Amino acid sequence: MRRRPSAAFWVMVVLLTLLVIVPLLWMLITSFKTVGESQSDPPTLIPQDPTGRAYGEILTTGGQNPVLRWALNSFAAAGLHALLVVVVSSMAGYALARMSFRFKNAIFSVILLTLFVPGFVFLMPNYLLMDQLSWLDTLWALVVPGAAGAFGVFFMRQFFLAIPKELEEVALIDGASAWTIFTRIILPNAKPALATLTVLSFLSNWNDFVWPLFVLFSPERLTLPAGLSLLQGAYTTDYPVIMAGATVAAVPVLILYVFVQRYVIEGVANSGIKG
Amino acid sequence: MAVQASAGVIRKRRARASTAVRGYGAATPYLFLAPYLLLFLVFVIGPAIFGIWMSLHDWDFQLPGKPWVGLQNYKDLFDPLSATAEPFWHGMRATGIFTIASVPFLVAVPLGLAVLLNREFPGRTFFRAVYFAPFVLGVAVIGLMFRYILDTNFGILNAFLELFGLPEIGWTNDQPWAWVSLVGVTVWWTAGFNAIIYLAGLQDIPAEQYEAAELDGAGSWQKFRNVTLPGLRPVSVFIVIITLLASANMFGQALLVTQGAPGDTTTTALMVITDTGFSQFRMGQAAAMSYLLALCLAIVALITFALMRERKS
Repeated sequence: MRRRPSAAFWVMVVLLTLLVIVPLLWMLITSFKTVGESQSDPPTLIPQDPTGRAYGEILTTGGQNPVLRWALNSFAAAGLHALLVVVVSSMAGYALARMSFRFKNAIFSVILLTLFVPGFVFLMPNYLLMDQLSWLDTLWALVVPGAAGAFGVFFMRQFFLAIPKELEEVALIDGASAWTIFTRIILPNAKPALATLTVLSFLSNWNDFVWPLFVLFSPERLTLPAGLSLLQGAYTTDYPVIMAGATVAAVPVLILYVFVQRYVIEGVANSGIKG
Repeated sequence: MAVQASAGVIRKRRARASTAVRGYGAATPYLFLAPYLLLFLVFVIGPAIFGIWMSLHDWDFQLPGKPWVGLQNYKDLFDPLSATAEPFWHGMRATGIFTIASVPFLVAVPLGLAVLLNREFPGRTFFRAVYFAPFVLGVAVIGLMFRYILDTNFGILNAFLELFGLPEIGWTNDQPWAWVSLVGVTVWWTAGFNAIIYLAGLQDIPAEQYEAAELDGAGSWQKFRNVTLPGLRPVSVFIVIITLLASANMFGQALLVTQGAPGDTTTTALMVITDTGFSQFRMGQAAAMSYLLALCLAIVALITFALMRERKS
């Protein structure tokens, strides 16, 4: 185990890195090509005639493909969704981790069970529910229903279980209320978990595809993933435009990822072990 | 509460005292739970039950009347003469093929990645982040990107293979290549996710176990077989189950990369369900399809779980 990595090991590591980076780089490069060059055989590795036409096409054509509007919608939906998830999940997770009450185990078991119910079961009934609430074609359809997912509660409960009890006991002696203890002591000590849950919820909402594809209709109401699907249909073989759209959707998350990769990776790692 | 109120002073006082030590009243836990439980009941439990109700009706989204049809929507799916059975089972077959073809790779490739990342080497955190990166991108980005890379005429993959004198391959419009593409794209996209979970499992295996194996003269392969694999069993069960679940949900890759082609061979069950419900507005029928798919998935998951548990003992 403690041997120095061999040359073969490094070759492997570098090849895998290229395997990840090359497709992304190809997407970026293509977005600066002309249509003709994107279809040339053999392909050119560097744009011979670099152009921003593709970005001009998607960022300026007003009503047709309002990519910036989609990005804004995605930001708003993912941000509000993450906020809602963190608030309701941390409260519920705290009660389930630290309080004793009737039906606690039954409630937790039912919540946990739904982690394993596939999402497509909820597609039809939740669509009708959105219709009843007049939430179809609005961001509410993206923000709220997903916050009922079990992962956040499960994740926060696991974290709260690991916080030492002494922290709360000191406050109890001072006669602090449950709400004060929760907001003044528990939450400040749960910052890493809250950050992780925020980032994971934001990312999964930002990337959600099936649901927005069907509950949003108006071009100006779409999120980026649903809009990209529209873009593919409208531009079929104009690959520079399609790749420009994909790049616009990819870059914000990749930038965010550079800064928060530790939280994302630790969040995923914890979900497995304790699951 | 009524009983408590009628009880003696001493008992009341004791009850109040114990409440104070616990630090909260009887209603407090429910108040903490209330916001989430409200969402949970309205958007999870309610719809799960209402979906069954829908599946027992001829529930056309556009029509005012939604007549009760009992189990007819389910019976139709097993009636070879009905118009819904054929597309549905084609979709089930596509999802089944994808699951069988992808799960082994989605379990094995990440294990290899995790073993690689579990070694100590300079830049390890960096490479871990790089291998995980594709997963933070959505299926829409992945789908569009690979649709171009895999394009038969303009794709860079065929251009690359041409350098070695290989013939043009129809990655998106010819079988079995369409399946190879969809499995490959999915491995590229999600391998990092499973790898991170494996990695956490690897780090939980005590170093003493490896040292003991070394004292017994075990080589790297023997250590992998006799220490690593058994140590990873609980994590592996978890990974196999969530991967099965994800494969049954397959939608975006097939919609964007192969568009269900060639023919309807890569039109997955979820694509058939959404088409039935959202394009043809037959939501009762679509709900019945989703419950049947969920049931099949549950059976497969339980069998897998039982088999993996069995091998433990």
